[in-house]
Parts: sequence; C-alpha cells; structure tokens
Amino acid sequence: MLGAVTCLLLFQLVGEVTVRWMKLPLPGPVVGMVLLFVVLMIRGGIPENLRTTGNTLLQHLMLLLVPVTVGMMIHIRRVGEEWLPILLAGIGGAALTLAVTALTLRLLLARAKRALR
Amino acid sequence: MMPSFAEIWAYLTISPILWVTVTLLAYQAAYAIYRLSGANPIANPILISVMFIVSLLLFTGTPYRTYLDGAELVNFLIGPAIVAMAVPLYAHLARMKTMLVPLTVALLIGSLTAISSAVAIGWLSGGSNEILLALAPKSATMPIAMGIVEKLGGFSSLTSVTVTVTGIAGAIMSRGLLNLMRIDDDAIHGFALGITAHGIGTARALQMSESAGAFAALGMGLNGVATSVLLPLIVHLSV
Repeated sequence: MLGAVTCLLLFQLVGEVTVRWMKLPLPGPVVGMVLLFVVLMIRGGIPENLRTTGNTLLQHLMLLLVPVTVGMMIHIRRVGEEWLPILLAGIGGAALTLAVTALTLRLLLARAKRALR
Repeated sequence: MMPSFAEIWAYLTISPILWVTVTLLAYQAAYAIYRLSGANPIANPILISVMFIVSLLLFTGTPYRTYLDGAELVNFLIGPAIVAMAVPLYAHLARMKTMLVPLTVALLIGSLTAISSAVAIGWLSGGSNEILLALAPKSATMPIAMGIVEKLGGFSSLTSVTVTVTGIAGAIMSRGLLNLMRIDDDAIHGFALGITAHGIGTARALQMSESAGAFAALGMGLNGVATSVLLPLIVHLSV
C-alpha cells in the first residue's frame, strides 16, 4: 500500500513539474494520470497493489470532494433571488443530459453490434 | 489554573486535527446512512456530509474559511486520486477501443445537450444573463467551468454553485432514470454520469463499479475538453 501511495504521489509530482516546466494549460494531476496510463501501457498490466490502493482511494472519492462542496457555501449568497432558475436548470438539465447521452450511446452500440453480425 | 474551554477551542479551530476529523466523521456517518438506505442514490454521502458540516459550522459560528484551511489535508488527496484514475481507465481500455465512434458521438451530443438544456431551462424560468452564463458550462468539472465563465466575463462564484447543484442532482437521479429507460450497462451509465455530473458523478460511478468508474472518468475528462471548446464557440457565434 505504501509503495502504491508513493507511486501515485510521484506521478503527481512529475505532473506538477511538467506543467510548470512546459507551461501546459492543464492541472498537474491530470498530466500525472496520463503519464501513469502510458507507463501501464508500456508495462502491459496493473501491479496488484496499485490496483487495490487506487480502487480503494477512488471508491471514497466522495469523501475527498466534501471540503470543495462545503466551499461552495461561501458563494451561495451571490445566488440571491435567482435560486429558482439555478435549481430548475441544474436538476432538469442534468436529467436531460443523462437521458440523451445514455440513449445515444445505447442506440449507437446496438447499431455497431448489428453491423458486426 | 485550568485553561478555559474558549482557549482550547481557539487552538482547535486553527488546527487541522479538528476539521479533518469532523470531515471523516461526517462522511462515515453519511456513508452509514447511505448503506442503511440500501445504497439508495438519494442518500448521497456528499450531500449528507455537507449538511452535517455546514450545520456544525453555523451552530459554532465558525467561518467557512477556517474549516477549509483545516480540511485542506482531505482536499489534497484529490490530486493522487486523479492520478489513480489511470488504473480503471487502463483496465477497461480494451472495451473503450471497440466503442470509439459511439463514445465520440455520444460525447458531442451529450455536451451540446448539457449546455443548451441549462441555458434553455434557465431562460424559461426567468434567469438573468449572468445566471445563464454561469449555468452553461455546469456539466464540466469545477476548475474548467470556472475558467470558461471568467474568460467570457461572467462570475465564477455563481458557477461553483451551478456546477455543484448539477453534480449532486446527476448523481442522485442517474440510477432511477436509467432504470426507467431499461439501461443496465455500467459503461453507458458511467459515461453518461461523467459527462453530466463531472467529479461528483464520477465519484458516484466509482461507488457502483470499476467499469462504471472508468467510463465516468473518461466522460468527465472528455466533456471538460468539449465544453471548453464548444461553449466559447457558441457564445462567439450567437453574440
């Protein structure tokens, strides 16, 4: 586990240095993720401890997002009178986007499957 | 003389030990409620944790800033978690490769639906131009959405609210909605969640399965890019 955590931090560190050095308009962890992905491809498999540690960390990604979500409360006063359009568009927009994306993907996958036959 | 409670409290509020512990306790209580509900997505652990913590902060009169400084340690782990997304992505690479065209088309249609539905519903319910601009990129991840709105001359603070509302709404509704459409493929579920509800949706998908999480991470990343290309283009063409 310790080795896997060190590995994740090391890739993030390299990512952070890379974006600053090459002045990339990307967050350091994203570049770290791409680098780890490339290394996994070259290596041709995921070390067992990295898979376990990575998946454990990711299963509780919700925990890690709690402080940022509390942070949104700082801005909630700015909403003022306009909470209704935000709430309706937030919920309605999410429902429409979920439905349209899922239906499109299902349709295209079914079509691709039929073409294969 | 014994130190007063006020003195100990003054120490605690500026030390990470209190706020990191509070965050972990709130999350574990929220997660227990989620399990007790039979893993019902309505009992969203982020939503419940935030309600606990905000109540506590209001009750003790603690400024949000104080909490956020203290809980920075939890926030820090988002970095290594993003790096760790390479694991599910690589594990499901073979299936993704067979789905290149369907995924690309679903991404473009999903991204355009996210932007247009937000603006249309916001406009119909009487939102000002400021609100409409803050709503448009609400399915992209927080830093990307805030960056786009700032560049287009809007208020990134309002965007943090629209992005959060969308993320939690998407994470809560996806199971019911996809059951209704009789879709039980984790890849479709995950991809739709990642496109619609960014990090919060991806966290929800990762809670379901590794394959849902992999496709959500892919959807989130791709929609971040798609929104930052499409939205400035749409605004440019329509103004």
